[in-house]
Amino acid sequence: MVEFTLPANSKPREGKRWPAPAGATKIRNFKIYRYDPESGENPRIDTYPVDLATCGPMVLDGLIKIKNEIDSTLTFRRSCREGVCGSCAFNIDGVNTLACIKAIEDIKGDIKIYPLPHLPVVKDLVPDLSVPYAQYRLIMPWLQADTAPPAGERLQSPKERERLDGLWECILCFCCQTSCPSYWWNGDRYLGPAVLLQAYRWIADSRDEATGERLDQLNDPFRVFRCHTIMNCTATCPKHLNPGKAVAEIKSLLAKRMM
Amino acid sequence: MELRSSLGRARGLGSAKEGISHWWAQRVTAIALVPLAIWFVLAAISLLGADYATFAAWIGTFGNALLMALLVIVLFYHAHLGMQVVIEDYVSGHAALITTLLIVRFALFALAVSCLLAIILVALKG
Repeated sequence: MVEFTLPANSKPREGKRWPAPAGATKIRNFKIYRYDPESGENPRIDTYPVDLATCGPMVLDGLIKIKNEIDSTLTFRRSCREGVCGSCAFNIDGVNTLACIKAIEDIKGDIKIYPLPHLPVVKDLVPDLSVPYAQYRLIMPWLQADTAPPAGERLQSPKERERLDGLWECILCFCCQTSCPSYWWNGDRYLGPAVLLQAYRWIADSRDEATGERLDQLNDPFRVFRCHTIMNCTATCPKHLNPGKAVAEIKSLLAKRMM
Repeated sequence: MELRSSLGRARGLGSAKEGISHWWAQRVTAIALVPLAIWFVLAAISLLGADYATFAAWIGTFGNALLMALLVIVLFYHAHLGMQVVIEDYVSGHAALITTLLIVRFALFALAVSCLLAIILVALKG
């Protein structure tokens, strides 16, 4: 159901303002969403002055610096720090993206960092992704074929392989998933752009023999047809993929097979 | 307290295996509305300032009455398909959803039939 305002106990309040580091020459304020469900308190926005003169160029560098040098209780996910693992997806400066490939200098004013929107928060910047992961499991993201495997590999022509370009690169950071208003309102039944792009990745795979069953699973007023081509997904994707187009391809195949 | 697994919740009641025909009908009616709407606007402009008798004579011709009736049917069918999507998006709870859908469906159907009746009555009686 649509929620236009946060529940009273979820509204963020002004939080702690940390002192500027001594001798800093190039201060930028990081304003970061903090929430600890065990404290029973509302979320708060803490302000951390960071000296950019001694900090790496990316937003993730700033976060790691804060955790190392200012406040070790700040909680966030990160791993590869080069845009291939999808762990450090946050809402940064109002846009869902990966902190490790978002440059601090591209942001004007304070660096505002919130968890991915409209998911339950486990702590601080860590959202609960169990439902998106289960939805990913639902689309059976593995090769399904009745034909016995050949002695070597299952072959694809270069042209068949080309159809997977723009799909295999998805790292499941769920930036697109949580930028979609349709997913906010109906995330329990709508599969969302990330999961639908993955579903199409297997539909488009020439080696897969379960295309019909996959389309059957998707042909549902909520699972696919909550997509109203808002296109936030494509606008926000940090890997510059086009989930909106993948959803359109699914709709077009569903139409094609009934004509 | 809900202890059902995430996968169980994601799978829910399963796929309805239906949804594309609604989406397709929305596109078909949208395409049909393009020429009908252009015709309607041109007709309305040509009838600017006309009195009732002129209008009655205009709609009394077979072609105009037919196009007018088609416009009304396609328009309200398209409106119903679109309203249904909006309601499914924003209204949650089974009872509230069904109630809203029924009210909108009945209202649009009543409006469509009253438009058709008006066309017939004006065209026949003049």
